[in-house]
Amino acid sequence: MAAEPVNNGRRRFLTASTVVVGGVGGVFAAIPFLAAWKPSARAVAAGAPVSQDISKLAVGEQLVLAWRGAPVFVVRRSPEMIAVLPTDKDRLKDPESEELDQQPDFARNEHRSLKPEVLVLVGSCTHLGCAPKLHPKQQPEAWDDKWKGGYYCPCHNSKFDLAGRVYQGSPAPTNLVVPPYRFDGDRVIIGETEGAA
Amino acid sequence: MAGERTSTSTGILGWFDQRVPVTDFWNKHVGQYYAPKNFNVWYYMGSLALVMLANQIITGIWLTMHYKPSAAEAFASVEYIMRDVPWGWLIRYMHSTGASFFFIVVYLHMFRGIIYGSYQKPRELVWVLGMLIFLMMMAEGFLGYVLPWGQMSFWGAKVIVSLFGAVPIVGPDLVQFIQGDYLPSDATINRFFALHVIAVPLALLLLVVLHLAALHEVGSNNPDGVDIKKKKDASGKPLDGIPFHPYYTVKDLFGFGVFMLLFAFVIFFQPTFGHLFLEADNFVRADPMVTPAHIAPVWYYTPYYAMLRAIPDKLLGVIVMGAAVMIPFLLPWLDKSPVRSIRYRGPLTKIAITLLVLSFVVLGWLGMQSGSDAQKLVAQLCTAIYFSFFIFMPFYTRIDKVKPVPERVIMHEH
Repeated sequence: MAAEPVNNGRRRFLTASTVVVGGVGGVFAAIPFLAAWKPSARAVAAGAPVSQDISKLAVGEQLVLAWRGAPVFVVRRSPEMIAVLPTDKDRLKDPESEELDQQPDFARNEHRSLKPEVLVLVGSCTHLGCAPKLHPKQQPEAWDDKWKGGYYCPCHNSKFDLAGRVYQGSPAPTNLVVPPYRFDGDRVIIGETEGAA
Repeated sequence: MAGERTSTSTGILGWFDQRVPVTDFWNKHVGQYYAPKNFNVWYYMGSLALVMLANQIITGIWLTMHYKPSAAEAFASVEYIMRDVPWGWLIRYMHSTGASFFFIVVYLHMFRGIIYGSYQKPRELVWVLGMLIFLMMMAEGFLGYVLPWGQMSFWGAKVIVSLFGAVPIVGPDLVQFIQGDYLPSDATINRFFALHVIAVPLALLLLVVLHLAALHEVGSNNPDGVDIKKKKDASGKPLDGIPFHPYYTVKDLFGFGVFMLLFAFVIFFQPTFGHLFLEADNFVRADPMVTPAHIAPVWYYTPYYAMLRAIPDKLLGVIVMGAAVMIPFLLPWLDKSPVRSIRYRGPLTKIAITLLVLSFVVLGWLGMQSGSDAQKLVAQLCTAIYFSFFIFMPFYTRIDKVKPVPERVIMHEH
């Protein structure tokens, strides 16, 4: 066979189209490997709503439930604890709950809850996920001599008020998360909202 | 080269040489690799890092023979290794204490590179590949610390994985993606095990091979920063070079002996090193409902952790910490000094390196503390100093006085 002149345009076209088709195939082949990292069906099922009767929860007391493996705090606030909520607003980062991701719409109010007396929070600090501790008494504390009661995170000193709103100067960027929840008589159901199943 | 072996070996070695480059390889990397003759004690660290890598791989293989990578069984299986497996305690402590020794050796190795300017042209890639090894080691150490599934494993994992939650928009989904659940769980420990024993070690080994290949291509630096390839004898061998074998194999063997003595002492008498190498909380089984009073990473991460905490904003804190880990990558291009070694550099560089070390050590200590307001201020100051070392390097290295570099390396009479 006589040596034919090399058709460079044809070679370039074949190389480029092979790379493009192969690349597309590579992207699709990567999908199962990436998707396998997502929570499995079992993990999703284990994250189903949690229901608890709170009729026996005393005033000023906190109940800790496990929802999706994270602690959920349920506190029955006393009238004094509710009364103190508007008094420290100038020291809070987001007193009006303007950060939308931190609570369902129904909790964008002064007490950040459905019922003023029942506080429901995900007990996981918005800084790095530690569990803040409830220090409900209005008294000078090591971390704040004008402490009005609230949550204090022992990991990195984040402070939150009795509605889970973060104090200025805390490393936590946002208020504590209010999970979706609803009431069914005496029961609180974490992980479901009114109307949505 | 290929096809025409210059090997003069006969017999079995000759047979192999004609089929695979055994002698060529040995000569290029060991037998005929000419290293500067003036290596000092700092030059033990590279070979010791290799020793620790081997230690981690061998003890790691043995640990996987008894370890169970599940949230339900992991903690008990580690205690089983410690108590019931013959010599299991030794193999486990060689691995967990070995991780800390690996980091000690590598930090000293990196410091050596900084004081002798070993990252400068033409060794930029040696440095960059080394930094990639350091990154991989940090990932490997973190993944490994999660595996015993103690309290600090769990909460450390939660804190570190939640750093990815600071990424705008996709953050929360990214955290679930990494954990494979809504919190660190069975799925997390299982995949961290896979990454810790397969994915990251493979990447580490590849990077170590590339690190050495790059080093042997350009040749080793030395405490004088003199280019030994400039002065060669009639046969083309550097006048200031000696073959790696037997000279440095024997020297490194001595360093290995001394190092093993220290390593063995810590393994036998202080395996947790006052809870610096293995924190007390990690001897308690992981409990997602109870946060330990004080969460701190292992010592080798604490300088970066202190920088994270020093910044009051979460996203910014994560960015600063990431930048602190990444910025040394740029060293080869930030240093504008005409000389390599600290021996011939001026006062500005010496002060800068001293401040870098001081700030890094202080940050390391701060990262273990609970973090008062005063400590936060010190951490912010040290963070500023740490970054200044790199950011202002093009300026102070340019204006700094330098001494003339000798033609040949300096050797002292013994």
